[in-house]
Amino acid sequence: MIAQSFQYESPQTLQEAIELLHRHGEEAKILSGGHSLIPMMKLRFASPEYVIDINGIPGLSYIKEEGGLLKIGGLTREAEIEHSDLLKAHFPIFADVTKLIADPQVRNMGTIGGNLAHGDAANDHPAVMLALGATVVATGADGEREIPIDEFFYGFYMTALQHGEILTEIRIPMPAPGTGSAYHKLERKVGDYATTGVAVQLTIDGNGIVTSAGIGLTNVNPVPMRASRSEEAIVGKPISEETLKLAAQYASEDCSPSSDLRGSEEYKRHVTGVVVKRMILKAAERAMR
Amino acid sequence: MLKKITVNVNGTEHTAEVEPRLLLVHFIREVLSMTGTHIGCDTSSCGACTIALDGKSVKSCTILAVQANGKSITTIEGLAPEGGPLHPLQEGFKENHALHCGFCTPGMIMRAKELLEHNSNPTEEEIRWGIAGNLCRCTGYNNIVKAVQWAGAKMRGEELPNTEPQFV
Repeated sequence: MIAQSFQYESPQTLQEAIELLHRHGEEAKILSGGHSLIPMMKLRFASPEYVIDINGIPGLSYIKEEGGLLKIGGLTREAEIEHSDLLKAHFPIFADVTKLIADPQVRNMGTIGGNLAHGDAANDHPAVMLALGATVVATGADGEREIPIDEFFYGFYMTALQHGEILTEIRIPMPAPGTGSAYHKLERKVGDYATTGVAVQLTIDGNGIVTSAGIGLTNVNPVPMRASRSEEAIVGKPISEETLKLAAQYASEDCSPSSDLRGSEEYKRHVTGVVVKRMILKAAERAMR
Repeated sequence: MLKKITVNVNGTEHTAEVEPRLLLVHFIREVLSMTGTHIGCDTSSCGACTIALDGKSVKSCTILAVQANGKSITTIEGLAPEGGPLHPLQEGFKENHALHCGFCTPGMIMRAKELLEHNSNPTEEEIRWGIAGNLCRCTGYNNIVKAVQWAGAKMRGEELPNTEPQFV
């Protein structure tokens, strides 16, 4: 399959890339890892006139801790996230999620910025970002602006990013002591989109009380979804059969999956509840370790 | 509009003017006439088109040739010198009957190469996760796993596993 013809630009600075995006407007698409964009172009679901390849811009790929925040550059590859010692030490959820994203070759190309900016509710990082309370940094002609993750996903392939903006960084608060996180998705085979996916981060105090919780869901809603009622069901109490049951039930009720080859709506609601329960337990176990 | 690119392929620099929409796998097969890199699914699922781009295994059906400008590529043809000894992975696949039809083999080997560079002694589970992006439609995975272990042992300079078929 061959994409429709387009013009290729490979800016060497962020400034240059932003100028190109402004000049070409809606006819331009940003090429990051390319493993969503190029397949769409080959299938001609996307036919941009200009492809702006940002891979030559230095300084957009990093994982670092700074001022109480974890900062991940938009161009950071999934493989780097998968093997990062900093992330292994503080955010086990990243090793969980990257292992389940596509396959090793795709992870050598795919970027976290692309995964989020694509705005696909079937992608895995959005749910993780919801659970971790991330902030997305968009850089445009007027400089940087911060977008809270709860205001980032708008609709089908739609995000708060404006034309001329590039997702340059993701900021995540470093976890408080007693915090654990976990992600799992059910998939039919390697590289498949999730039948359902659940990301959980929670903090448990010395008395065993859950003091904060973030729960995000993958591919069971038209947009990446925060399971707010499930979060409320477990905060302020110790983890018990009762709170687990409620959290699972609320996630099942509040999500809005569609029936497809991966399962019926009823099945997806059911397994979403099951995985919510399991991920709360796994995150709690890690929190208390 | 054509773009001029220079790519180092298996140690040799190649310069060509290409359409931006030309896929890297087509550049390798059709412009450079190196057909060891295969096209299977053409949708980044099967891994037959796996090559090393600056040392990292990637699927060349989902990369534009222009993205490889200024970079180095290794394909299956670059693993062993012509007429010289085979790469341990090539030898391992041969010794362990890890080729059935052979279509997936170049991609399997190019993927396994990076896997062994990161982990010289992988477990069976690590190998299976490591080649999760490569499909063998002959389903010859057992012998492929053995071939990767055999190559790892050879590269570590250890005693080689028995390659005789085991009847149980």
